[in-house]
Parts: sequence; C-alpha cells; structure tokens
Amino acid sequence: MLKNILKILENDARTTPKQISDMTGIPRAEVVKVIKQAWQDRIILKYKAIVNWDKAENEHVFALIEVKLEPEKDVGFDSIAERIYRFPQARSVYLVSGTYDLLVLVLGKNNHEIANFVSQKLSHIDGVKATNTQFVLKRYKEDGEVVEGKEEVKRQPVVL
Amino acid sequence: MAVQKRVPQKRKQHIAARANKLSPSGIRKFFDLLSSMEGVISLGVGEPDFPTPWHIREAAIESIEQGQTMYTSNSGTPELRKELARHLKTYHGVDYDPMSEILITVGVSEALDLAMRAMIDPGDEVIHPDPSFVAYSSSIILAEGVPAAIPTYEETNFELSATAIEKRITRKTRGILIGFPSNPTGAVMSKQKLTEIAELARKHNLTVFSDEIYGKLVYGVEHTCFASLPGMKEHTILLGGFSKAYAMTGWRIGFAAAPKEIITAMTKIHQYTMMCASTMGQVAALEALKGGQDCVTEMVEEYNRRRLVIVKGLCDIGLSCFEPKGAFYAFPSIKCTGMTSEEFAERLLAEEKVAVVPGSAFGACGEGYVRCCYATALSDIEEALKRMKRFVNKYRVK
Ligand SMILES: Cc1ncc(COP(=O)(O)O)c(C=O)c1O
Repeated sequence: MLKNILKILENDARTTPKQISDMTGIPRAEVVKVIKQAWQDRIILKYKAIVNWDKAENEHVFALIEVKLEPEKDVGFDSIAERIYRFPQARSVYLVSGTYDLLVLVLGKNNHEIANFVSQKLSHIDGVKATNTQFVLKRYKEDGEVVEGKEEVKRQPVVL
Repeated sequence: MAVQKRVPQKRKQHIAARANKLSPSGIRKFFDLLSSMEGVISLGVGEPDFPTPWHIREAAIESIEQGQTMYTSNSGTPELRKELARHLKTYHGVDYDPMSEILITVGVSEALDLAMRAMIDPGDEVIHPDPSFVAYSSSIILAEGVPAAIPTYEETNFELSATAIEKRITRKTRGILIGFPSNPTGAVMSKQKLTEIAELARKHNLTVFSDEIYGKLVYGVEHTCFASLPGMKEHTILLGGFSKAYAMTGWRIGFAAAPKEIITAMTKIHQYTMMCASTMGQVAALEALKGGQDCVTEMVEEYNRRRLVIVKGLCDIGLSCFEPKGAFYAFPSIKCTGMTSEEFAERLLAEEKVAVVPGSAFGACGEGYVRCCYATALSDIEEALKRMKRFVNKYRVK
C-alpha cells in the first residue's frame, strides 16, 4: 500500500489524498495517515518541482565534481561527506564505487562561483585528496523527465 | 453540322456483394465531426496512450540500420516463433511447436480473418457474444459464414453463458468466437465459465476462436488461456498480439497458434495475401517478449489506477457502471438519460466535447451503453468526468 502511494506521489507530488484514494481504492483517511507517517519517517524527503532553469532565464551552471578521498585515522568517509554536503551549493552528494569516492553535483551562478567552491572550499577539507570538475553543458533528462522535446501522444481520435 | 455535346455521365461503380453486405459504420458522420473539432477529450480510442517502450523501438531501429529489410519466412521469423512458443508455455502452460503450430500475422485482425477463411464453409454458423469487437461479425461474413450473436448482459457481468450458447447450436454451427477480456465491456470470463464452454466445444466438436489480445491487461483476476483448458488445445485457435499489452498498435504484429493442420491452412491463405508480416515489426515483437516484462507491469498498474478513477467517477455521476476486470474500457449504462447510445454520444460531443463510442456500434446488446476508454491521461479522465457530470445532470430523466 505504501509503495503504491509513493509511486503515485513520485510521479506527481501534487496528487491529493482524495485522488490517490480514487486511484487505489484505499480510503482517503488511510491515505492521509500513510503519507503522514512516510513524511515522519523521512521516506518522503520533500515535495518539489523539477525546474528547467534554462527557460527561466536564470543565470546558472551545474557541475559534477568527482572527489577522491584519503581515509584518515578516526575520520570516516561519512564525516567528510557531511562537511561537503553542508554547503548549500552541493545539490546531491553520493558515495560511489570506482576510481573516485564522492560524486558531488553543484549548482552555481557561474563558472567563477563553482571554481571558487572547488578551490576555496572543497580542496581545503581534510581528507579530500583530489577533485575533478566537469561542467554540465546541457541537461537532457532530469530526474526521469525529458527537459525539452517531450514526446506527445499522437492518436486517431476514435478507434473501435 | 451540329455536334452533339456528350454530357459525361458519372458511371456508377460496380461494388461486389461481398463488400456491400458489410454494414457501413453508422457512426462515420460522428467521427468526421470529431476530427474537425478542437478541445475534445477523447475516450473513444481503442489503443494505449503510451508510446512503444523504448527498448522495443531501439531494437527495430537497429535492425533497420543493419539492413534487415527483406521478407521473412511466410510463417514469421523462427526466432520470434520460438520465443513466442516459450512465452505461451511459461505464461499459459500450453505447448505449441514453433515450426508448425504458430503463424505470425499482421495483427490479430489478419489472424482473425485467416482463421475464419480457413475454417468456415459458406453457410457455416459461428457463435459470438453481443456486444463484441466490431470485426467479429464482419470477419465471419467475409468468410461467407453466418454470425450467430448471443446476447450478454450487465447483470451477468457480460459473460457468455454455455446454456445460451447450447440453445443456439445447430447442425451448421462450426465454431465459437470469444474475446475476453472484452472490447467493449472489459468483461473477463472466469475459468469456471470457460470450462463450461470447453465442454460444449468437445461435445459438439466445435472450433473455439479465442481472441486473447487483452490477456495481459487484467486487474486483480487471472486471465485463462482457453487453449490451456484440459483437451482444448485441439479445439482452439488462439489469436494474440502485441498491440495492446506492449503499446504496439502501429507495428501490426499478431499471431495465431493452433494445431498443425489449421496453421497449415491459414498459412496458405496468408502466403498468397500477405506474404509475411513486416520484418521490423517482427524484430520489435521479439524484443518485446525477450526484453523483460516490467514495462507491461508498469502500464497495467497505471491502467488500473485510471480504471478505479473512471469507474467510481461514472458511478458517482449516476451512470451505473459494471466493474470491468480487463482491457482498458469502461462500459457504463446511459439509460438514466433516456437517450439512445448514439444520441448520447453525439450530444455529449457537441455540448461538452467529450468523445465516447456508442455501445450500439458493438451490437444490439450494446444499446443503452457507451464505451469509455481509460487508456487516457488521468487529468483528461478527470476533466471528462466533470463534463459528463454536467451533461448527465442536465438530461437525467427521473
Ligand atoms: C478485441 C480486439 N481484437 C483485435 C483487435 C485488433 O488488434 P490488432 O492490432 O492486433 O490487429 C482489437 C483492436 O482494437 C480488439 O479490440
């Protein structure tokens, strides 16, 4: 039941409990209860919009930064990650397998701001051994949504 | 000298009785009107609103790039037939030999036509449910057979009853054409009821043409493959396809599975009239079977949400609606408006810009109902329900 409700909300966070109830047959009051619990349990982290900033004429730059860490005594990866994710510029921070350890997605106003973040903040953190910054040139798909040129339904109006 | 001017006379074309006999689609006018209107929400379609899943399209694109652009074997590519045989075994527990008991066709539409032409002699009767898919009675008539429509009713879940069938069996009865889950009612037949029909088929030695194109689209119930019933493989021509479950209507790929002699006969007709089904379509169909069934599950889950919304919505409006357990159609009764189903559909379109299909298009027993397809975005379904509510409130006769 929780999974059904989450799937619906993940697809459209604005779906109301009444609509979810109609879509699943679960009584409305029950839907409200499940959502509230999921929110309290931090299963639902946030309700937000996926924004195409390119169209909003807002100056911005995304960058993906690979971060290589140097494990230090008494300091695990988690606490180094925490020192990084506390910066508001860091939109997403992942621990990954492979040739580097953390993948950090940052959003800045311009290249300069991101360069500053890397050279002034990131590289000064104890345990950060090396960074590799990749500027995003174009976003094609964001969180499952095609950014531009989404396919439209083209059907004959009536088919028997 | 006076030259007599010849007025060119418009020559009346001779049209064969075969074509003339087919009933013209009475609601043609209505469709034409519809395509010239803007802002219409159509619940009148009979196909998924999802595009074909990308992995399937990708496989076809790659095959075109590699130059797989020639005819295939008349029966269809061996790879597709083998995969299909495996699929039928896994999902329905029926064994078909891919080389002699499976034929790949241009949709279920062609498979249906071939089955009728291969099995029906002039004057043979074929029983089918009313209401049912528009091509059923026509395909029987084109094979010079005689359709024998058996009424089905909302009160008995639009199921076909063996008792009613048995009453209609004559010396001329050759077979029974069933299509469950049903277009237009969304009805699914229980295994129990199908078993009763199976007994009739055995007793009277009838062929059962089973159109199972919506077999994967069921909600909370199980689809029973007719051929999987004890002893029924020998009596059944299983018709299936990719159009609905895999959102592949435009690819035109279907199949027939039946005992060898029948497939041989159908293949003869197919080889002279069709050669083979489209090569890229067959590549796509193979990928559909091999590429994991998650995409089908996801689509079924989404249809199910819409189904619950539309059925509840229609009932709330006061259009009593039988709960469809399969396909993607709701078939509400519009009797509370006192209109015929054609009238209802025409006026709903003109006044509220919602398109539905009059139930009468699917047979006499469809009168008093309309078919609403819920393979449509939820937001559109919700808006359509609002408009229908306004309409029904205006015309309800109490
Ligand atoms: C019951 C039924 N059978 C067969 C078909 C035709 O399917 P295909 O696209 O495989 O020719 C349809 C399409 O609407 C249908 O509803």
